[in-house]
Amino acid sequence: MSAVPAQSFAAPHAGDILLSVRGLKMHFPVYEGALFRKVIGYVKAVDGVDFDIRRGETLGLVGESGCGKTTTGRCILQLERPSAGQILFNGRNLADLDRNQLRGIRRHIQVIFQDPYSSLNPRMKIGDIIGEPMKVHGTEPDAAKRDRRVRELLHTVGLNPRFADRYPHEMSGGQRQRVGIARALSLQPEFIVCDEAISALDVSIQAQIINLLEDLRDQFNLTYLFIAHDLSVVRHLCHRVAVMYLGRVVELAECDELFDNPMHPYTRALLNAVPIPDPEVEASRPHQVIQGEVPSPINPPSGCVFHPRCTLAVEGCKKAVPGLRELRRGHWVACTEV
Amino acid sequence: MAANPAYDPALDAPAEKQPLATRLMYLVRKQPLGAAGAFIVLIMVLSAIFAPVLSPYDPTANDFAAMAEAPSGAHWLGTDQFGRDLLTRIVFGARTALVVGFASALVGGIIGLVLGVASAYFGGRFDLLFQRVMDVFMAFPLIIMALAVVSIFGTGVQNVIIAITIPFIPRCARVVRSSALALREIPYIDAARACGYSHTRIILRHMVPNVMAPFLIMITAFVGQAILLEASLSYLGLGVQEPTPAWGLMLQGGAEEYAESAPWIAIFPGLAITLAVFGFNLFGDAVRDVLDPKLRSQ
Repeated sequence: MSAVPAQSFAAPHAGDILLSVRGLKMHFPVYEGALFRKVIGYVKAVDGVDFDIRRGETLGLVGESGCGKTTTGRCILQLERPSAGQILFNGRNLADLDRNQLRGIRRHIQVIFQDPYSSLNPRMKIGDIIGEPMKVHGTEPDAAKRDRRVRELLHTVGLNPRFADRYPHEMSGGQRQRVGIARALSLQPEFIVCDEAISALDVSIQAQIINLLEDLRDQFNLTYLFIAHDLSVVRHLCHRVAVMYLGRVVELAECDELFDNPMHPYTRALLNAVPIPDPEVEASRPHQVIQGEVPSPINPPSGCVFHPRCTLAVEGCKKAVPGLRELRRGHWVACTEV
Repeated sequence: MAANPAYDPALDAPAEKQPLATRLMYLVRKQPLGAAGAFIVLIMVLSAIFAPVLSPYDPTANDFAAMAEAPSGAHWLGTDQFGRDLLTRIVFGARTALVVGFASALVGGIIGLVLGVASAYFGGRFDLLFQRVMDVFMAFPLIIMALAVVSIFGTGVQNVIIAITIPFIPRCARVVRSSALALREIPYIDAARACGYSHTRIILRHMVPNVMAPFLIMITAFVGQAILLEASLSYLGLGVQEPTPAWGLMLQGGAEEYAESAPWIAIFPGLAITLAVFGFNLFGDAVRDVLDPKLRSQ
């Protein structure tokens, strides 16, 4: 069960690997018929994802909507049971564990959601929202101590401890997102999945939350999987980046390496689409727009899923599925033509 | 984690609470119709509790010297065909109505609530099977279902409660399930699952409180409906039996024979039924508005 994967997709520097994802697939069945349901196909939301995250590292997971980055996060959180593949957390494969075994591990893996309005139970006071995980897991069974700790946590995330007596609807979006972060911290997790954790916030609030996430990472030695579509935020916060397209990782590299030297044609096009904040430069530079639409994940293209839209595609791309190749130290690309 | 040195306990003072009377007056101003409904319900509950104190007459004692008398100083609402004081019987009838109304609405509602939320939470085959079973129960009209139950178990207050409870369960489960289905996809339920909470905790602590608004409106509507249903069953002779005072029974006794000669025998129990149902419905809408924190300002 605690098998160490033969191939490593970890950062080149030292440090133990906290999370390994190997061959992760999440196929959602598509049904037809009301009473006697028949599976007529699968949405291949995640179709063979590999990566490693070292302790203390922040891995950015980027890609356009529908590429499977959120589903990957949900599989790691075991909110979805993956169709295939391994999720090794501290060497234990989460996909093999039953509900009771998972309970003990769940406290080490927490989540911060995108929408601060729907991620807090509107019927519970802030103090109960943050305190409940500690009560359920028995990490702080004494009510008075738990209350004290809730107020400390509120202070840690930059909120007035008096907010503990309030309800979520009495707070602003940024404040609520801080409450979501405090809840994630309450069990002292090792690993936090930030699922578009700042995308729903105002730009000014985004900066505050990014700084908070950075401070907390240093303070508690946290490891993040940072799911996002804002590339500038990813560049600022993440150590490494994995680019996803249609359920697969197409490129995985250290942050600066990926942004300065993108190799996969999809990554290049993605980075090319980021506007330059100077109107004259922006207007004069050549734009390379990806042709066509994202294919349906129900019926993805054969071989390399990017081949119908790729400028480098050759005949072989339609047949063989390219695996991740390490073209430079710590820089993996799923393309045969670069 | 070490205690944060900058943490100031002085910021921790609990928020001041307003006195109850102030808050009550605020509610009355905010919900005048609800307050009227609550007033009717309150009058009904109080008169049910203090029925023997309020009336000098015995609700079941016949007085053949005063049969079908018109309202007067001695009998404010008149007497029925057996000479029983109508006001007394209406006041005592409130007991029957309230016991049947609350018992069946609460029992049926709570069973339906838990089943409906569980059905939505677990989903899949369980949900499908459960919903088809509910469909079977829903296929019977409320009164037919109740009639069937009474004909199996027999008449009497207890059996009337059972008869009214059973058709309420699928109705409540259906409404609650549809709200709970939307809830299941909401991130705070995912957050609860990611924290490893038990199914019971997620259903009872996180989902049930968030379907309270539709549930409470249903419950209060159910109390009204149950009172009406009990009256119907009693009127048909399948509910509460003589000489127990019950509004439907009083209607049955007075409606046909005495409609022209002594209309008060049917009018006043009918008014009592109408007023009770009306009161509970107004009260129910107000309860929803007050209990939903999103609608609560301050």
